[in-house]
Amino acid sequence: MKQLVFAAVFVAATVVAQTPTGNADNGKRIFVKDGCYECHGYAGQGGAAGARIATIGLNAPGLIRYVRAPAGQMPAYTAKVISDQELTDIWAFLQSLPKAKPVKDIPLLNDLAK
Amino acid sequence: MARSKKLSVDRRGFLKGAAAGAAALVAKPEAAKAQEAAEVRRPAPLPGAKQTAAETSPPPPRVDVYTTDRPGSDFMVDVLKTLNFDYIFANPGSSFRGLQESFTNYGGNKDPEWITCCHEESSVGMAHGYFKIEGKPICIMAHGTVGLQHASMAIYNAYADRVPVYIILGNILDGRWRRGDVEWTHSVQDAASMVRDYTKWDDSPVSLGQFAESAIRAYKIAMTPPLEPVVIVADAVLQEEPIEPAERGKLQIPRLSLSQPPAGDYGAVREAAKMLVNAENPLIVAGRVARTPEGIKLLVELAETLQAPVIDRRFRMNFPTANPLYGAGSVGSADVILGLEVPDMWATTHTQTPVNRMGMESRPITKPGAKVITIFAGDLFAKSNYQDFGRYDDVDLSIAADAQATLPFLIEECRRLITPERKSALQARGAKLAEVSKRNRQRDIEQAAWAWDASPVSTARVSAELWNQIKNEDWSLVSDVTFFSNWPTRLWDFEKPYHYIGGHGAYGVGYGAPAAVGAALANKKHGRLSVNIQCDGDLNYAPGVLWTAAHHRIPMLNIMHNNRAYHQEMMYLEDMAARAQRPVDKAQIGTAITDPNINYQLMAKAYGMYSEGPIENPNDVGPAIKRAVEVVKKGEPALIDVVTQPR
Repeated sequence: MKQLVFAAVFVAATVVAQTPTGNADNGKRIFVKDGCYECHGYAGQGGAAGARIATIGLNAPGLIRYVRAPAGQMPAYTAKVISDQELTDIWAFLQSLPKAKPVKDIPLLNDLAK
Repeated sequence: MARSKKLSVDRRGFLKGAAAGAAALVAKPEAAKAQEAAEVRRPAPLPGAKQTAAETSPPPPRVDVYTTDRPGSDFMVDVLKTLNFDYIFANPGSSFRGLQESFTNYGGNKDPEWITCCHEESSVGMAHGYFKIEGKPICIMAHGTVGLQHASMAIYNAYADRVPVYIILGNILDGRWRRGDVEWTHSVQDAASMVRDYTKWDDSPVSLGQFAESAIRAYKIAMTPPLEPVVIVADAVLQEEPIEPAERGKLQIPRLSLSQPPAGDYGAVREAAKMLVNAENPLIVAGRVARTPEGIKLLVELAETLQAPVIDRRFRMNFPTANPLYGAGSVGSADVILGLEVPDMWATTHTQTPVNRMGMESRPITKPGAKVITIFAGDLFAKSNYQDFGRYDDVDLSIAADAQATLPFLIEECRRLITPERKSALQARGAKLAEVSKRNRQRDIEQAAWAWDASPVSTARVSAELWNQIKNEDWSLVSDVTFFSNWPTRLWDFEKPYHYIGGHGAYGVGYGAPAAVGAALANKKHGRLSVNIQCDGDLNYAPGVLWTAAHHRIPMLNIMHNNRAYHQEMMYLEDMAARAQRPVDKAQIGTAITDPNINYQLMAKAYGMYSEGPIENPNDVGPAIKRAVEVVKKGEPALIDVVTQPR
């Protein structure tokens, strides 16, 4: 019984270790240092050269999978270039970014929408 | 060179005296040279009263006075005035000093007026922008050597953008007339050869009579589609020597007879109309369609006749952005695609895979069976060396003709083929496309809200703030917006021919600032508010053009897109590093424009321009633009430095 309990704790600990939460501050630093903002903007808002990635819908493993084998014009970044942990930190940073305000709360854009 | 007898004698006498003096200087005895060498080591004595007087008094009158009342350059002015140039753009150069003097004195510095430029690249870039607003070529002048070397990139941009620039190069062909080493180094056997690969025609006349004919011919060739730059070499001896009295009454200036632009073959146009009318999802791709404002009307007419969506490549102001057919289609869903003056149709209908971007692996993005039609004046004129023609595309129907000239026949033929039943189907398609266009617009506005309060300021925010200040003015966007994520064309209402001037042509950076100043000069007489979204990297090639704007009182609102890097190149370096599996954080080396940051407010101020900034708080952008607009409306240029997001 003791062995079973130990095994269960071990498995749980392993799962936690395999699902890192990410450090948003470090993610912001890497986002700038490695030039992610070049295509995606400092606020992850996107632009002509890259998609919006602020508050991205992917989870951290999904982001890592995409960066390793992206579609479109984005170059692939292997683990030699950026580690899984660094990408997880970037994911945490992207999750921390504010969502866009509703258009109705921005008078200049609200006028354009009419 | 033939001259009057009296002047010939005077000139020969002057040269003889000068030659004798020079010979005397060369023939110093060896003893005298040694004495001079010995004296070099002694302290220099202070000049005496006699020497001081000699060096500060006016020079004695020359015995041989060489004058003329009618230099050849006066006739050249007569010729060039018949071509109705509004301005001459030039940085001064001794090889066209005769022409410059004749234009300002004999020609009265009017029609054309001389505009002072600080760089030959600016002269041509300004001419490029001027044409795209006014539809008239500008005459630029430059040295046939060093000036043309400066101007060459801008000429290539104009060439690739199908813009006529009338280039006059000064040169001293006969070595006997060159004054010292400066004029030897500034002279060349074949001046136009340097740019012959990217100009349409050139000539180096050796007589005034030939100058007249070649000057008129050059204009005609430049203005026949495809429109392109041309070069005339004005020999300095022809400029400066007097017109032979016997020749004065005989010189003729030919009449300018412009060619009608070539329209497409009638049979081919009928076939194109049939394909378009019968298509379920036709698509029009607009390149450099609208040569004149009429081109916009015709394109709207064709699109509405067919109820076909239009993708505007934004090389020109081709199609109103508020039209429900604007941007409502896609290449992938079309069954018939009509490319109008699209220089790289292959790139429109294909994609290159990310695994190999060198063009080795690519695939069409058209759906199977889709047909492609092109109407392209570029098919009538091609050169080999520079590769602006793009990749070969095996289209289904290629019509070598000017698209604007062909559109009336194509519209007429489409109308003839549309039956009442077909018309109902087209209207139903148009209604669906209008819904797509509406959704696209809403999506763009929602996207603009992201990073609204960010610093550096988002390009969407700057665009929205700008629009708020200019929307009720008679405005003209005199810059490209590719590097601004195209936000103005996504948010503003582009309708009039002068609302947008399009891009570089050959993507030669350094085009933006001069093209904007040239376009703003064209807008000046119409009282329009010119708006230039100015990339920082671009401005630093030849910022003296700001002085030209201030000096000539050219009203224009400059908004700095101060993103502090050559970001396109930085992205490429990251791409290369990622591919090589090496650190990507070195991409800023050689691409960032920081440490120190450039203060464009101070730069503009130094050139005599009203300026504010650098602005980092997005809430400060709108009020600053408002103040600058007031300055511009008083007839002055202004610059607002905004620290912006990369794109």
